[in-house]
Amino acid sequence: MAVDRSDIAKLSKLARIQISDEAADEAAKSISDVLALVDQLQAVNTDGVLPMAHPLDAVQRLRADVVTEANQREMFQSIAPAVQDGLYLVPQVIE
Amino acid sequence: MQWETVIGLEVHVQLATKTKIFSGSSTAFGAEPNTQASAVDLALPGTLPVANEEAFRFATMFGLAVNAEIGKRSVFERKNYFYPDLPKGYQTTQLAEPIVGAGFVDLELEGGRTKRVRIHHAHLEEDAGKSLHEDFAGMSGIDLNRAGTPLIEVVTEPDMRSAEEAVAFAKKLHSIVTSLEICDGEMSQGSMRFDVNISVRPKGTEKLGTRTETKNLNSFKFMEEAIELEVERQIDVLEDGGKITQETRLYNGDTKKARSMRSKEDSNDYRYFPCPDLLPVILDDEYIESVRKQMPELPEAKRARFVEQYGLSSYDAGQITMDKFSAAFFEASTKISNEPKLTANWIMADLGAYLNRTEQRIDHSPVTPELLAGLVVRIKDGTLSSKIAKQVFEAIANGEGDADTIIETKGLKQVSDTGALEKIIDDIIAANTAQVEGYRAAAEDKRAKMLGFFVGQAMKASKGQANPQALNELLVKKLNG
Repeated sequence: MAVDRSDIAKLSKLARIQISDEAADEAAKSISDVLALVDQLQAVNTDGVLPMAHPLDAVQRLRADVVTEANQREMFQSIAPAVQDGLYLVPQVIE
Repeated sequence: MQWETVIGLEVHVQLATKTKIFSGSSTAFGAEPNTQASAVDLALPGTLPVANEEAFRFATMFGLAVNAEIGKRSVFERKNYFYPDLPKGYQTTQLAEPIVGAGFVDLELEGGRTKRVRIHHAHLEEDAGKSLHEDFAGMSGIDLNRAGTPLIEVVTEPDMRSAEEAVAFAKKLHSIVTSLEICDGEMSQGSMRFDVNISVRPKGTEKLGTRTETKNLNSFKFMEEAIELEVERQIDVLEDGGKITQETRLYNGDTKKARSMRSKEDSNDYRYFPCPDLLPVILDDEYIESVRKQMPELPEAKRARFVEQYGLSSYDAGQITMDKFSAAFFEASTKISNEPKLTANWIMADLGAYLNRTEQRIDHSPVTPELLAGLVVRIKDGTLSSKIAKQVFEAIANGEGDADTIIETKGLKQVSDTGALEKIIDDIIAANTAQVEGYRAAAEDKRAKMLGFFVGQAMKASKGQANPQALNELLVKKLNG
């Protein structure tokens, strides 16, 4: 499976990454190479094999439902570009 | 043409854990903005999620309650999209291996009809923050207190055929999660939010029509209104020869209007992949059984018990057990008054109407189980007629004290005392000789109707406090001479 410039354009838009046409062509080639490798792997019979959710063969440890975080709003907001009334301000997003 | 409505629901249920699904921040409602948003919730670099065991326990309880298979291996995935109230740029959710598999819920509808709604699956995920769009001079304000609150998203099959069925399902789900105490059920605070997928098709056909999704309905009433409006719109479009566009719609409960949200291209390309920060969660049979053993009584079991233990009709028991708080109120009040039937009637009729009118919840009712029991006892022992009891109820609701205090201070005691009643009747007979003669001259079967006049007069004279039964008996006796 190969990808072209239009696929890269779509992906970069979804990922909010601005990319030049030259870079897009280069990315298209690199990704196509990776996908060629994936095509080779597809030849392996995986019937009855569960999709891998994680490379480590381990199980998630869970934590107890206890509040451990204190309010550190002042510290966190000291690095925010804009705040008001305790809210983080961002360019308006409305549909 | 006859049209058939097809409805499927996606329901977001906020779990009543103390902390978030992946961080130790509090989930308490109503805190100052961003005071419950930790480094993990803000997605600061270098932070890692650690899953909350209580969220899994709650999700397991839910799965068992809807007759579903529990996912013994459940996997988190990343759903990628950009929005400022989602700081990570992806929502941690489940897709291929959710915690709750296929299940079902049985509904009882008007007229004794029943309906099974299949659950496709339910998965665990995190809630997003809140965006506020007003008052910030062209900017949006972001509050991330809600970001990371655990949710289960319940996805049904398209099994519902009317607004009535969809609302009945929503109410049943509300009753299940509040009975399990895994969700506070406060819909006005967004604890349960409904997305409704609606399509219509010619009656008798199999193929599903193009559907629209109306998002974020947070009351049963709005849900019913939104469905009826959208079904009507779709039928109008189709009957005018138009086509339904697959889109997301928003319903405004204040204006009673819906509008289409601008549909983004690529909007459905979420590029899910397993979250590398979280390992699969494995639950074994022993765990699932231990959760099953700790489950509180479910509404259906409670209903059966209320019929058995209190002698309520199946319908009444269903009404009372629909809501955990009503059921608890009923049991607490009945324990004192020992009058289940009368208590149930008052909860469903006068108390229910009062709470609806004043927009209060039964667990915050100013008329407490104790106060209602005090009233019910006075109705049962004949102190209060049912008419005066309503008056006393209003006074209790207004905070004027308990039933006995109000009866005493307002002098509302029902007059059953024969001497006092006789005096009233004698006066009426003396003042209405013509009617008395008419009565005495009438045939036996006409008399019952004519008696009404005298009862009315006597009630008026006693200011409504005459015991109706005693009054009737005495009147008949006196009039018959």
